[in-house]
Amino acid sequence: MTAASDVIIIGAGIAGSAAAFFLRQRGRSVTLLERGLAGQQASGVNFGNVRRQGRRLEHLALSNRASVTWRRMRELVGEDIEYIPEGHIRVCYRDRPELLDEFAEYAREAGVRGLDLEIVTGAALRQRFPFFGPEVLGGSYSALDGHANPRLVAPAFARAARRNGAEVIENCEVLQVEKAGEDFLVSAADARCFRAPILLVAAGAWGNRFAAQFGEAVPMAVRGPTMSVTEPVPYSIHCAVGLVSPLDEEDVYFRQIPRGNLIIGGGLRGPAYPDLCRAYVLPRNTLGQFKQIRRLAPAVGRLNIIRVWSGIEGYLPDSQPVMCPSRRTSGLYYAFGFSGGGFQLGPGVGDVMAELIDTGHTTTPIDMFDIGRAALSATAMAAIGDDA
Amino acid sequence: MVGPRVIIVGAGPAGVRCAEALVAAGIRPTVIDENRRDGGQIYRRQPDNFTRSYATLYGTEASRAAANHRCFDELRGRIDYLPETLVWNISEGHVYALRDSRLVELPFDALILCTGATDRLMPVKGWNLAGTYSLGGAQVALKAQACAIGRQVIFMGSGPLLYLVAAQYLKAGAGVAAVLDTSPWRLRLAALPKLLAMPRALFNGIKLTLALRRAGVPMLSGIEPLEITGSAQDGVNGLSFRDARGEVRRLACDAVAIGYHLRPETQLADLARCEFQFNPTSRQWLPRIDAQGRSSVAGVYLAGDGARLLGADAAEAAGKIAALAVLEDFGYPFKAETVAELRRKLATLTRFAQGLMQSFPWPAGQAARLSDDTVVCRCEAVTAGELRRVVAQTGAREANRAKAFSRVGMGRCQGRYCGHAAAEIIAHAAEVPIEQVGRLRGQAPVKPLPIGIAEDGA
Repeated sequence: MTAASDVIIIGAGIAGSAAAFFLRQRGRSVTLLERGLAGQQASGVNFGNVRRQGRRLEHLALSNRASVTWRRMRELVGEDIEYIPEGHIRVCYRDRPELLDEFAEYAREAGVRGLDLEIVTGAALRQRFPFFGPEVLGGSYSALDGHANPRLVAPAFARAARRNGAEVIENCEVLQVEKAGEDFLVSAADARCFRAPILLVAAGAWGNRFAAQFGEAVPMAVRGPTMSVTEPVPYSIHCAVGLVSPLDEEDVYFRQIPRGNLIIGGGLRGPAYPDLCRAYVLPRNTLGQFKQIRRLAPAVGRLNIIRVWSGIEGYLPDSQPVMCPSRRTSGLYYAFGFSGGGFQLGPGVGDVMAELIDTGHTTTPIDMFDIGRAALSATAMAAIGDDA
Repeated sequence: MVGPRVIIVGAGPAGVRCAEALVAAGIRPTVIDENRRDGGQIYRRQPDNFTRSYATLYGTEASRAAANHRCFDELRGRIDYLPETLVWNISEGHVYALRDSRLVELPFDALILCTGATDRLMPVKGWNLAGTYSLGGAQVALKAQACAIGRQVIFMGSGPLLYLVAAQYLKAGAGVAAVLDTSPWRLRLAALPKLLAMPRALFNGIKLTLALRRAGVPMLSGIEPLEITGSAQDGVNGLSFRDARGEVRRLACDAVAIGYHLRPETQLADLARCEFQFNPTSRQWLPRIDAQGRSSVAGVYLAGDGARLLGADAAEAAGKIAALAVLEDFGYPFKAETVAELRRKLATLTRFAQGLMQSFPWPAGQAARLSDDTVVCRCEAVTAGELRRVVAQTGAREANRAKAFSRVGMGRCQGRYCGHAAAEIIAHAAEVPIEQVGRLRGQAPVKPLPIGIAEDGA
């Protein structure tokens, strides 16, 4: 038997779950298919940064739209997703003073685009953020950014979508998709079949499999972020904190949650195995992260970590997602490959894709995320080899 | 010929006998142990300047303890021994350890995990009050430091350790307020045929209970724990329970030691990516091993209570068997007869262990009866009510999913002490069989790891 709806969404991560939720708000019938459980992959195990600053200027419209949704989350999904809108600061070290000029330039440009930033240096920096180490030169503070609990967000969207009438089917692995006449036929591993005139692929690191079935494979690499969490200590750092460096191994960021634990991310990424749905943290990467967090915030160096984890993230060569209608198949839409930066965007992605599917256009520019862009060309594909 | 690089984790009875067999074959293994001295938990050695005799420390097991210690002492110089070293991760053929605040990274061809067991715990309301210990913890205080956990101690739970530790406290001169066993007497009678597989051990167990009785210690079976009472300021001041006749009773005490037999320490096996299987008799997940201790991962072997809860004598045999498996796998000569003989011995001990399990079952049903305000996960302060709410509202019916939503098992101990009870609560609330709830996945580090850890050359 084949179940029919207006839209089928593959993948109940944050983008797919939010899209299901917003499509229901627009009165479309939705079937949301998830191979495991909602938000179990990258959407659920990422750092939890709800950060706009630092994103490319042309992405800020989407990011701002997401930001509005973040601030309405409790009202929208009806539960607490531990969103802490207490700001975000990103800083640079003294050995890269040019980054501070870049922060200032970025702040000017972002200001025009609706994101207000404040450059903080010297005594003011030390006074407001006393935890920074002596190597920290200065930073850019975004008062309206923050952080949230990633484990809760996508499941909350999926539950809200279900309450509003979406068919949310977990433990349902999609094996094949094809277009038959006006409809897409989607077959799952458990022999169930689904039919709809519109299909949205929001399958994260697995999204490429479906794009490939429609002849639109993109060059994707999969990696697992290096995450760790400390034992709880008194809650005193409310904003999210990040270090900016051109070196991957210097990259480090952290946030504290009211429970008291510090969550730390950044540094080199580990191997990921999409076929096994597993990603592993390499011990050497954890140790590298330790070294960097001690530079950034020396006091954190006196704590213990109690757990590490990772997840499977799909990276595209230009670190930008695919978020567009298919170029080859009408009724087919993509929203995947967020390259480690999809958490904050997620609610906005769902909102925009619902608008695009419902109305045929969107008020938020997404041209740069087109699947046909040069960075995703055959040459780029050859360069990345079989990693996808 | 350069021999295989062999690492043994744990210097209890399994690790020691494993090292002995490898050394006999001409291999120089590295033995890594978290404790300051060898012996593991059961044959834990007292600090250097303590002078209690073997008979005082180990009672009926004095000669076995002495034999294990002697064996290990004789191995020194022929093994690389790293005491006070915590293995916190295993990855890509390397062991990562913490020693003296420094990183130790060692490659291995064969890894034998002899990680032992810790207490299996069922929460009871108030068990988060100061003065509540596990039976093993109470025993360690006595063995290692000659300290008692209180002046008037109630021992509660089930299993051989309940009577052993109570008797050890009595002998040491500490006040034993009561011994409360959740298992009814009749189970012990029914298990008698199996327990007779080891007449000496059975006799020793009976002797312990008789000593407690002679001293006038109240001993009750078939009880249901209700609440450990006290205050955040002053800690434990008493315990209430329902006796076998259904009457609610209260006893005063200043400390409680609880435990329901043991659970294997399997985090390292988990990090080594070993497969696990559900054991319906004990209602817990155990690493999959073959008859010689080989795990599902090539080069990783498991022996002792960390793999199967069979006790110290069995651990010695299993340690030796695992060593022989390593010898076989790496092309060394080994005696098949020895393996066969050891396995026969293990079979007898297994029968006895089954008798113990039948006598002192894990009180799974209690989990459903815990009041909503009972703290289940003490690290993260998650109550039974919160866990039930999460199951009801989010539909989580798998252990890791419930952990993601409720934080149960997310703290310092990573669910080692609450995981079993949490799984029972989830199973009951979600109305699914316990094996469907699965088990909490272990993540590095096995125990909290200092961010300040120094690396080589740092």
